Order: sequence, then structure tokens, then C-alpha cells
Amino acid sequence: MSDKLDFSELQRLAAELLGVDPDDVQRNKSFAKDLAADSLDLVELINAVEDKYDVELPEERLDGMKNIGDLWAFLEEEHSRKQEV
Amino acid sequence: MSTSNGVRVAVTGMGFVTPIGHDTETVWSNLVEGVSGVGPITRFDTEQHSTKIAAEVRKFDAVDYMDRKTARTIGRFCQFALAASKMAVEQSGLVPADMNPDDVGVIVSTAIGGMEEIERNQTILLERGVRRVSPFTVPMMIPDMGSGIVAMHLKAGGPNYSVVSACASSAHGIGEAAEIIKRGDAIAMIAGGTEATITPLTLGAFCQIKAVSERNDDPEGACRPFDLERDGFVMGEGAVMLVLEDYDHARKRGARILSEIVGYGASADMYHYVAPHPEGAGAARSMRKALKRAGIEPEQVGYINAHGTSTKVGDIAETKAIKEVFGEHASKLAVSSTKSVHGHLLGGAGAIEAAATILAIDRGMLPPTINLEHPDPECDLDYVPNKARKAELEYAISNSFGFGGHNATLVIRRPDPN
Repeated sequence: MSDKLDFSELQRLAAELLGVDPDDVQRNKSFAKDLAADSLDLVELINAVEDKYDVELPEERLDGMKNIGDLWAFLEEEHSRKQEV
Repeated sequence: MSTSNGVRVAVTGMGFVTPIGHDTETVWSNLVEGVSGVGPITRFDTEQHSTKIAAEVRKFDAVDYMDRKTARTIGRFCQFALAASKMAVEQSGLVPADMNPDDVGVIVSTAIGGMEEIERNQTILLERGVRRVSPFTVPMMIPDMGSGIVAMHLKAGGPNYSVVSACASSAHGIGEAAEIIKRGDAIAMIAGGTEATITPLTLGAFCQIKAVSERNDDPEGACRPFDLERDGFVMGEGAVMLVLEDYDHARKRGARILSEIVGYGASADMYHYVAPHPEGAGAARSMRKALKRAGIEPEQVGYINAHGTSTKVGDIAETKAIKEVFGEHASKLAVSSTKSVHGHLLGGAGAIEAAATILAIDRGMLPPTINLEHPDPECDLDYVPNKARKAELEYAISNSFGFGGHNATLVIRRPDPN
């Protein structure tokens, strides 16, 4: 993993999978309301994120994934944890 | 149909995504010119397969017909069905979204469903584990999803399901859709078939039962129904969708009526998993029922679009069945297998062949059976060999038979003069 997480990478990935413009992918954007992502879309996005960042989202955290910010926060946590290691 | 409650069923739209074109005029031109859609398989490496040819859909980009996210999250067979349905509905002039949701239904039939997507995710499962299986696998693989997707995108809220009967699926589907209109459950039905199974496992499975042609060095000559040198069918893919509509409704709104569906027969062989009844007994009963429902005599039929898959036993059994039903008239009517040109669309076969039959009536021209160079002595009817010819048709029928012993026949009639 590189030293710094790049938000625009997540924007591009989510935009591709959710069929939206990358600029619409912002931290405060709700998956369901703003990005029209249903549960299938969300599972697919998380799968892609897990692949790309070599992380694994615990099942119990899935319910808490309401917006892009939640996903980004998880990635930041994982990133700093790995940096410490 | 004409023997039941008086409701008549018109065809007012057709849409095509096929190995021989994606619009009516291209499809028709290739049918009458006998331009084969068969070629070497490009979708996967066929090194292990004894058959290396198929009739693939080429130059199809799903995003020309739907948004990018839809294209990415539905199976290839659903992409075909949605594109063809949009074209068919556009031609019909109907706007389902402006109608009562109960008035327009959808039956997209398929023999198999999302085989490519099943195989891809099976590979992912084995190589990377279950957590990497796509959450879209279920909607991509289930065979009914074509009907669901078309309803969602075209806002057609009437009866909605799929009919599965292997290679007779869309003939049954069109017949059942016509019945739905006749019994008053919908004013119009978007009905037809789709298939996208040119995949390593599906082709491999057909290779294993020696059902598919191995004429790899001559792809365009590989599908040769009724010819002595035929050696199996050639797998095709694609979708053809029709708009069926209450005849009076279509006439009142001034729609162009392409033809009328006047009869539908269905039967079972009760014989074998994959082999047809050797005398074509089930096929004959299907044709008889369809003629009876149409209220016509065999002598009134001018053309049969045969199932004619180019297998050794199938073509002989169908020939026997036609002779059994039509007697002396069998040698007078024209029979052709357009599969020789477009390949075998499996679940889409009944629909593309119904469309070919409709166009034959509409254009006054019989599409030929190509590659018929050395007629099999056991196949001794007029198969319109190699060259199209003019014919004024009042009634024509389309036969479709499926593994499992499912038979379906549609009787199609020239529309009333306006």
C-alpha cells in the first residue's frame, strides 16, 4: 500500500461501478439516496474496494456503510493500521 | 385462435439482435441472399473443442441501447432481449409507459439463461473463493430475468414470465403470449426469445453429444439442413422480439399490421432426452393442433419455416411429420430452414423463425435453405434450395422442437387488406 490514500481513485472506482459521474462521488453522498446504489451495487463496490486495497470489510461493519464517507473512513483506518505495522 | 373467442392477434413490431443483423432490412436481405452468419468462434479459445464455429452476434455494443450501469449488471442474453424489445416496441408505435400498466405484458423466453455469467462466476469461485462471486450473479443467470428487465425498462406491467422448452422456448412463448391477448389479460405482449450460450461449457456439452457440426474449415457451409452431408447444428445467439397486439386495437390506432398469429399448437414427443421421435409423431400432432386452432385445412398452407436444425435424425423426422400432416400437399408447399443462414438460436430460434415467416408473407418471398447441394433421399420435399423465390402466401407455419421432446407450431396469416 502506498503512503497516502488517494480519494480520487475511490471516486473513479465507485463512479465506474455505480454508473455515476466521479465528481458526484463525495464523502457526504448516501449510497442509497444520492448514488442510487442498491444492496447488490454496494456488495459489488465493497468487493472491488477489498480487491483494490487488499483489505477485508468485516461483516458486522456492512450495516454501517451508509455513505461514501463511511467507506473512506474504513479505508483510512485500515491504511493507518497497516502503516503502523 | 380463430376457433376461440373471436379476439385476433396482430404482430405490429419486430426487433432483432442476430448473427445476420440488428435491423429488419439487414436481416431480411441476408435471409433472401443466403448470406451466412456463421464463422470461427471469437468469444473464447476453442482449442479443446471439436467444434470451433458458431453464429455469433457481432458489432453489438449494449450501451447503444441502454445505460452503462444496466449494460454492466445484466447478462448478455438480457442485453440482447432489451435491445430487441426496444426496437420492436418502437416499430409498433406503442408507448407502454402511457398505457395502463396491466395492458402490456412481456414474455422473453430462453432455453438456458445466463450461461456465460454462471461460467465466469464458477471460475471466480474456484480460483478466488465465494467472497469474490459477483452479487449480480443471481439476476444475471436466472432465465426469467429477460422478461423482468424488459418490463422495468419499457414500463410494461402486464403478465410477465418466461417460457422454457429448450429450442422451442420462444415459439411456445409467442404462442402463450397470443393466448394471453386472446383471453383478455393484456392488449399487447412483447414476446420473443433470446440466447447467449456460445460459451466453453455449453459448446463443450453439445460437442460431447455430437450434436454440433464439426465442419470447422467451412463455417458458412456448416449448417446444411436436409443435405446428405449435414453433420449437426451450428450454435447461434441473439434475440428477436415481437410486439403482439389485439388486432382491433392495432387497427383502430392505425398501426401497420405485419401479420396475424392465427394458430398455436403444442405437444410432447414422450420419447427421448435429446432424440426426436423417429417418425416425427409429436411434431405432427403439434402441427395438426395448430392448424385446427387456426381453423384451416392443410392445403391452405403455402410455406413451412422448418425447425430443420441440420442434424441427421431431426431433419428426417420433421420431413416425415410434414408428410404425415400434409399428405399430397406436402410435395406442393415450400419448406425451408433459415437456420442454414442464421444458425440455431436455441431459445431464440422460434422467434427469429417466426419473424422470418412473417417477413416471407409480408414480402412475398421464400427465404432459401442454403448449402443444400446433395439432397438426402430421405428428405424429399421442396426445401427452396439455395435461392429465394417469389410466392404469394396467405398462411405459413413455423415449427420449433426442443430437447425434452417439446414441440410448438405457430400458424401465421397475411393481414387483412387495409
